[in-house]
Amino acid sequence: MANISRRTLIKTGAAAATLSAIGAPVLAADKIKIGFVFLGPIGDYGWTWAHNQARLMVDKELGDKVETVYVENVNEDASAIPVIRDLAKQGCKLIFTTSYGYMDQTIQVASEFPDVKFEHCTGYKRAANVATYNSKFHEGRAVLGTISGMMSKSGTIGYLGSYKVPEVVLGVNSMALSAQKKNPNAKIKLVLIDSWFDPPKEAAATQTMINLGCDIVATHTDSPGPLQILEQKKLYGFGQGADMSKFAPHAHLTAIEDYWGPYYIQRAKAVLDGSWTSTDTWDGIKEGTVRFAPYNKVMPDDVKAAADAIRKGYMDGTYNVFTGPIYDQDGKLRVKEGEVISDADLAVMDWFVKGVETAS
Amino acid sequence: MSIDFIIAAFITVVGLTTPILLAGLGELVVEKSGVLNLGVEGMMLIGAVCGFALTYTYGFDYPGIAPWGGILAAAAGGALSALLFGFLVLELNSNQVATGLALAIFGTGLSSLIGQGFTGMIITPFGSIFPDALATGRYTQVIFGYSPLVYFALAMVPAVHWFLNRTRAGLILRAVGENDLSAHSIGYSVKQVRYAAIAFGGAMAGIGGAYFSMVITPMWAEKMTAGRGWIALALVVFAGWRTGRLLAGAFFFGVLMTLELYAKASGFSLVPSEVWAAMPYLMTVVALTLISRRETAGGNAPACLGKPFLPTA
Repeated sequence: MANISRRTLIKTGAAAATLSAIGAPVLAADKIKIGFVFLGPIGDYGWTWAHNQARLMVDKELGDKVETVYVENVNEDASAIPVIRDLAKQGCKLIFTTSYGYMDQTIQVASEFPDVKFEHCTGYKRAANVATYNSKFHEGRAVLGTISGMMSKSGTIGYLGSYKVPEVVLGVNSMALSAQKKNPNAKIKLVLIDSWFDPPKEAAATQTMINLGCDIVATHTDSPGPLQILEQKKLYGFGQGADMSKFAPHAHLTAIEDYWGPYYIQRAKAVLDGSWTSTDTWDGIKEGTVRFAPYNKVMPDDVKAAADAIRKGYMDGTYNVFTGPIYDQDGKLRVKEGEVISDADLAVMDWFVKGVETAS
Repeated sequence: MSIDFIIAAFITVVGLTTPILLAGLGELVVEKSGVLNLGVEGMMLIGAVCGFALTYTYGFDYPGIAPWGGILAAAAGGALSALLFGFLVLELNSNQVATGLALAIFGTGLSSLIGQGFTGMIITPFGSIFPDALATGRYTQVIFGYSPLVYFALAMVPAVHWFLNRTRAGLILRAVGENDLSAHSIGYSVKQVRYAAIAFGGAMAGIGGAYFSMVITPMWAEKMTAGRGWIALALVVFAGWRTGRLLAGAFFFGVLMTLELYAKASGFSLVPSEVWAAMPYLMTVVALTLISRRETAGGNAPACLGKPFLPTA
């Protein structure tokens, strides 16, 4: 975390020059500085917290080969540009911008620093020195949907989302399809609150969905607030991004954990040995990017077994929730029997499946 | 639509109304004294973290008293941060708008710092103090099912109204806000009155913030007030600096937000969601416009609002 000084910068440069002179790969470095741009505070116990845990894993794994710095609470607007640029000027050779809204800003700064490698999370714009990476959260939602379908008595499941972006659409659809496999009449009530983090509004939305008959509410926003409401009402929900069981020991059935660490380590190593290239990575349960918090003991054994079956199916590649027949909200057949929606189509999905109730 | 359904919806409305009502009442008094403190958001966050921290620290040993102490800590935290603002604008005559905005940013940062050791912790919600039979009864919960802070907020509405309009101290406070030089010339201490008003505003904002961290979602998370301080500020202007209208405005806000959520969850939308998302900013712009045109904004705006006090003699 120490600031790089002019002297150490020269030293590093000299060391690198010596190394290349004695025949090491031209682009390799013996020590690199890695920058992270975070959307929220690292103490949010969700999205940013998970990214920061991954940063700490890089520190631990690569030790004195790396130095990591981060900037938290960076807005997804033009103000992100000077933040990213500043990290590059500080000497970072690898910069992770960890939210969708940094996409154009990352591309712009990357064009100014061709020697710096950039990694943009959840975006789709790439360049020679900009790679993208994402996680198949919807695979996790398939597990949550299976659990919800079996444990919801009312058959009405709440889904608290942020915005209508593909990630949320996929999550809702995955949840609905999975729940309907266990309970054909299962419905999803979707409420989008136009924010990723607004505890009072998340709490009010959860109360609203409960009042409208939902007895399980899944969240696709970042605070543990909804779980606390569910705990008070003795209903069930799931953690988002991280294990949130301490906020709601009774209500917390399991959580989708974002586990970026291995990817970050792999990319840092690639910059160290000079093998980094611009790639598009979309990992899920199989690769370990999507993990789960321990199941709550209130879950019956058959529910645990069904959840495990979905996880196993994704591990060995035999299961995909987006396998036809799939009908949309109007009852129109969108995916024929036996067909599977491709990753490319998933990445831009903008329609909801049958059984999702939402304001368009 | 059953009666239970309406009761549950009403409880959600009350939860959304209370914190902005508390913070709005405090700001109303501050502005009546002629000071514009835009730092409500920061003071709410400081109150939220102070209230949570004290309740968490003493909650295991003194579960009965700790939340009350937490409320006091929230009020004290809010008041202290407000007095810092007061020192800058009253002693150094710094620009009130700029200093208030600085307080909002400072409060966000300071609350994050204080809260570092408290993220990921939970406390028991500071709920109803009435017997369970009343607090959770099917119908009685409409009246008895709330946190003491809700009753406190409601009681403060007539109390502030009475203070401003029926007491000598309130008259002096308004005089200071309408014409500080005249009040000064007949012997009232403009600074003392304004310090007191600023401290009261900070305490109320702090308690409003504690409503988030101790009642709705009993945890501490950075920026957990999510912009409610700005809405409270706007409400004071929309209410025309009148307490009754402030209560109505806060309740109206709670109803609107709840309606939005019900509409969305029921599968239709009153207006496109982008309009809702833009609403706080639109409201702030309109409110600031009204402040700058205060001569025409209902005539109830304090004449000295936002102006530095510069006695010539």
